[in-house]
Amino acid sequence: MKTAVVSRRMSGRLLLLGGLILLLSACASMPPDAFKLSPTSLEDRQMQSRRFDTLDRTRVLAASAGVLQDLGYALDVSNSYLGVLTASKELDAENAAQIAGVLVLAALTGSAGSWDDDQRIRVCVVVNDSLDSPGTSVVRITISRVIWNTQGQVTRAEALKEPELYQAFFDKLSKSTFLEAHQI
Amino acid sequence: MKRTAVYILMLIGCTVLVGCANQPNERFMAGASQVELRSFQTRAFDTTDKDMMLRTVIATLQDLGFIIDQADEDLGAVTGTKLSGYQIRMTVITRPRGETQLLVRANAYYNKTPIEDPLPYQDFFTSLEKALFLTAHQVD
Repeated sequence: MKTAVVSRRMSGRLLLLGGLILLLSACASMPPDAFKLSPTSLEDRQMQSRRFDTLDRTRVLAASAGVLQDLGYALDVSNSYLGVLTASKELDAENAAQIAGVLVLAALTGSAGSWDDDQRIRVCVVVNDSLDSPGTSVVRITISRVIWNTQGQVTRAEALKEPELYQAFFDKLSKSTFLEAHQI
Repeated sequence: MKRTAVYILMLIGCTVLVGCANQPNERFMAGASQVELRSFQTRAFDTTDKDMMLRTVIATLQDLGFIIDQADEDLGAVTGTKLSGYQIRMTVITRPRGETQLLVRANAYYNKTPIEDPLPYQDFFTSLEKALFLTAHQVD
């Protein structure tokens, strides 16, 4: 009975080791489409952009900075001449269901468990003159995040593409500039 | 139980043997000279409008899913990061070439490895060309 338990634990560890080696040896080569426009790039651009009836880019950029500050972001970089600003904030990424799952797995395999701990969200705002409608500006924002686990390893690095996030930002920007945000 | 362990070991063995086979670029590029690399990374465009070029570079980077980390119009430099399960960090520098052209040079890192394959740069300049409505000329 005892040997059965031990060997089960052994095979669990072997499986874990196998998985680890599989991960390490899946040689990280760059996906070939990393620098190609994705098939959804047009929709992404529409989701991430709004047109405002002003040519005062600095005003729109300043209002964007204000909106981000309201949301608790800190400015990382800004260039009012080119109409660029990037801001970020750090958040807790702990998720009770994930922690419970990891603890169960750790108890079964005897491994040291780790779960998502922190996440850093970055928002980039770019304001440009609209090429299609003279006298207006186009604001485009992009959002990405990195998640670290309790051992300090990156578990996720991705662009966020939930339309609600973008819509919420533009609603706030619209209110703060007293300008309507038009779909492009 | 023992048999399972043997199977697992065999699987691990195969994975180790097969895992790293697909790395042709590394070998082809082992002797790539600095000059060759620079020519992959550089294009000339028939315009002197640096502002327009920088704005278009920024827009192209956004189209490709990058977030802008840094932009400086005096230096003509833009740096961006793309996160998509991996990290690509790219710097683009624009400077005048003669009286009628701008030179655009890009260099990028994939995670922590410099990208020395010509294709990604080719793809980037193709996207930039489209956004600029200008032809990217190879530079010797």
